Amino acid sequence: MIVLIIYITVFAIAFFAVRFIANRLIERHDFTSLKTVTFGDESAVTPNRWASILSVLTIFLLWGAFTNSNWTPLHVPGPFVGDTKFTYVMEAPNGSRDDATVYVRVSPAGEPKSKIETELGDGFAKNDSVSVSAWRSVLVAMDKNDEFKRKQGAKVVEVNGSPISPGHRVQVDDGEIVMTSKGTLNFIPNKGLQMEPIWLPPPENVVDRVVEIAQEGYQNFTLLEHLGWSLLRVIVGFVLGAVVGIPLGYAMGLSDWFRGWFDPIVEFMRPVPPLALIPLVIIWAGIGETGKIILLFLASLWIMTIAARAGVSGVKITKVHAAYSLGASKWQIMRYVIAPNSLPEIFTGARVAMGVCWGTVVAAELVAAEKGAGMMIMVASRFQLTDIVIMGIILIGAIGYAIDILMRKSEDYLVPWKGKG
Amino acid sequence: MSTLSIDDVSMRFDLGNGEHVQALKNVTLELKTGELMSVLGPSGCGKTTLLNIVAGFLAPTEGKLSLNGVPITEPGAERGMVFQQGALFDWMSVRDNVAFGPKMGGQSPAEYAETVDHLLDVVGLQDFKQKAVYELSGGMQQRVSLARCLANKPDVILMDEPLGALDALTREKMQSLVLKLWKETGRTIILITHSVEEALLLGERLLVMAPRPGRIHKEYQLPFADLGVGADLREIKKHPDFNTTREEILSMIWDMEEEIMGRSEGASS
Repeated sequence: MIVLIIYITVFAIAFFAVRFIANRLIERHDFTSLKTVTFGDESAVTPNRWASILSVLTIFLLWGAFTNSNWTPLHVPGPFVGDTKFTYVMEAPNGSRDDATVYVRVSPAGEPKSKIETELGDGFAKNDSVSVSAWRSVLVAMDKNDEFKRKQGAKVVEVNGSPISPGHRVQVDDGEIVMTSKGTLNFIPNKGLQMEPIWLPPPENVVDRVVEIAQEGYQNFTLLEHLGWSLLRVIVGFVLGAVVGIPLGYAMGLSDWFRGWFDPIVEFMRPVPPLALIPLVIIWAGIGETGKIILLFLASLWIMTIAARAGVSGVKITKVHAAYSLGASKWQIMRYVIAPNSLPEIFTGARVAMGVCWGTVVAAELVAAEKGAGMMIMVASRFQLTDIVIMGIILIGAIGYAIDILMRKSEDYLVPWKGKG
Repeated sequence: MSTLSIDDVSMRFDLGNGEHVQALKNVTLELKTGELMSVLGPSGCGKTTLLNIVAGFLAPTEGKLSLNGVPITEPGAERGMVFQQGALFDWMSVRDNVAFGPKMGGQSPAEYAETVDHLLDVVGLQDFKQKAVYELSGGMQQRVSLARCLANKPDVILMDEPLGALDALTREKMQSLVLKLWKETGRTIILITHSVEEALLLGERLLVMAPRPGRIHKEYQLPFADLGVGADLREIKKHPDFNTTREEILSMIWDMEEEIMGRSEGASS
C-alpha cells in the first residue's frame, strides 16, 4: 500500500517536473509539437523517453529503498536493531506489586544473537535479558528468575505504566508487547517498512548472484547453460512448428479439402493453452528433451498454421488475377505472389509464437527439468533463495523482450512492404 | 485475321436461395486487332463480369469465346489485364514488377532487359525503377501497371477502370498516355470506365451496356480516339459532336438508373 502511494507520488512529481523543465529548456517546432489536438490523436502520442528512463529508475530506487540497498541513497525505515528495554509490574498472589526491567538486544537478521549482561535488581521481580533477531519476536519468560511464578498466581499487570491483560498489546520503545493467553509477554521489535531479504533481497545481492552463478553454476549447470538450453528448446520447437505449420496453413488457404479437413483440428487445438498439454506430454514422452520439444512444437504449430492461412487469405484477388494474366503458373503464383504476400502475417505469427514458446518452456521447466531457466528458479524457490528467483525472473523477462525486439527488427528488414500494399 | 470473338455469351448464377442473377444475356461481339473499345454502363450491367470472362477468370454458362480462333478457357499471357488499383506486387521494385511477365514466361534477364527498360522510358519511370511500388503516387503506380502489362506483349489488353482512382489532372495525362501506347503498340484494348468523357475520348468503339439482364444496349463508332493521339484532349472535348454524344449517352444511362430505381421501388411496394 505504502509502495503504491510512493509510486504514484513519484509518477506525478516526475510528470510535472519533466513537463516544466522540458517546456522551459527545449523549444520544439516539429510537426507533432505544433498540433493542438493531441488527446485522441494516436499518431501524436509517442512514448516519452524521459518517462521510460524515470520509470525504470523509479522501480530500481523503490526496490533499493525497501531492501536497504547500498546502491540507493534513500531508504525507508528499517527494522529496529540495537538495545532497548521495557519495564513490567508483577503482582504477587498476596497483592503486593514490584517492577522489573527487561533488557532486549535486537541483532541484525542473519547475525548471531547476544544478550545484555544485567543485574537482577531489588524486589521479588527480577530484571531479565533477552535477545532477538530483527523481524522476529521473542517470548519473555519474565517470571523464570522472579520469586513468584505464574503457576503460583503471579501475573504481570502493567508494562511501561500501561495496564495489560492477556490478548492486549502495549506500545513500548522500539517495539510492542503482546500478552499471550498464558500471561507471558511477547516482544515484537519494530519491523519498519523494509522487506526481509528472504522476501525481497536488495539489488546488489541479485547482481552478486548473477556473477556467482555465471562463474560457478547452479545445480550442475552454469547460468549460460541454463538459459541456453531454454533458448535452444524454444528455437527447435518453434522451427519444427513453423516447418510443419506454414505449409499446412498454405494448404488450408489454397485447398477446400485441406481447409475442411484441418479446420476442426486447428480450431479446437488453438484455444487449448499449451500449459494444459504439459501433463499429457509428460505421460507420453517423459520429462526429457523430447517432451519439451513436442510441447513447444504444439505451442507454435497452431499459431503458425493460422498465420500462414491468414496470410494466404489476405492476398488480394487482383494480385493473383494479375499474375495469372501475366502468364504465371500455379507454382509461380505460389512462389512469387502468395509466399511474399503472406510473409507479413507469418512474421506476426512468428512473433506471437516465439513469445508463447518462451512462456511455455519456462512453465514446462518449472514442472520438471534437469536444466533450464524455469528449473533454476523453481529449485531456488524450494530453498528460499529469493535472489536466484528474482535473478531468474529478470533474465527470463530480458530474454523474452530481446526475442521480441529481434523479431520486430528482422520484420522491418525483411518485409518492408508490410501494411503498405 | 486475328480477332477476339465473343459469341452469344450468357452468364447466370444461382444465389443459393432459389433465385438467380442473370449477369449477362446473349452478348455477341467481335474485336479486330488494334481496336480500342470502351465499355460504359450503370453499375450492375455486367461489364466487369464480361471482362473477367474474356480474361478467363470466369467461365460463361452459355456461349463461346475465342482469340485468334483459340477458345478462351483460362487466364493466359495473351490477354493482359490492367486493374484499378492494388494489383501491383508490393514486395518487388518497379522494374521487377514490369519484368514479371517475361520472367514468368521463362526469359532470362538479358532477354527482357531491353523491353523492360524501353517500357520504363515510355511511361517515364526510368528514374524510379529501383523504388518500391508503395513509394509511388497513384498515377505512377498505374503507369507501372500499364508497363507491366505491355512488357508481356499481350494480343488484347483488358482494362478494368484503370484510371478510376486517379485525380482529374493525373487522369487526363494518363488518358493521353493510353492513347499513345495504343497507337504505338497497335494492341487490341477493351477499356471499362465509369466516366462518359473517358469512354468518348478513348473509345474508337463505345459500347453502352444495360443492366438486368446485362446486355449490349447500343454501340457507337467514334472519331475522337484517333483525333486525340498526340493532341490536346481538352480541345477535343470542345468538339460539338463530342458534347452531343456525351449528352445522349448521359441521358441514356440516366434513364437506365431511373428504371432500376423505379423497378426496385415497385418490387418493394
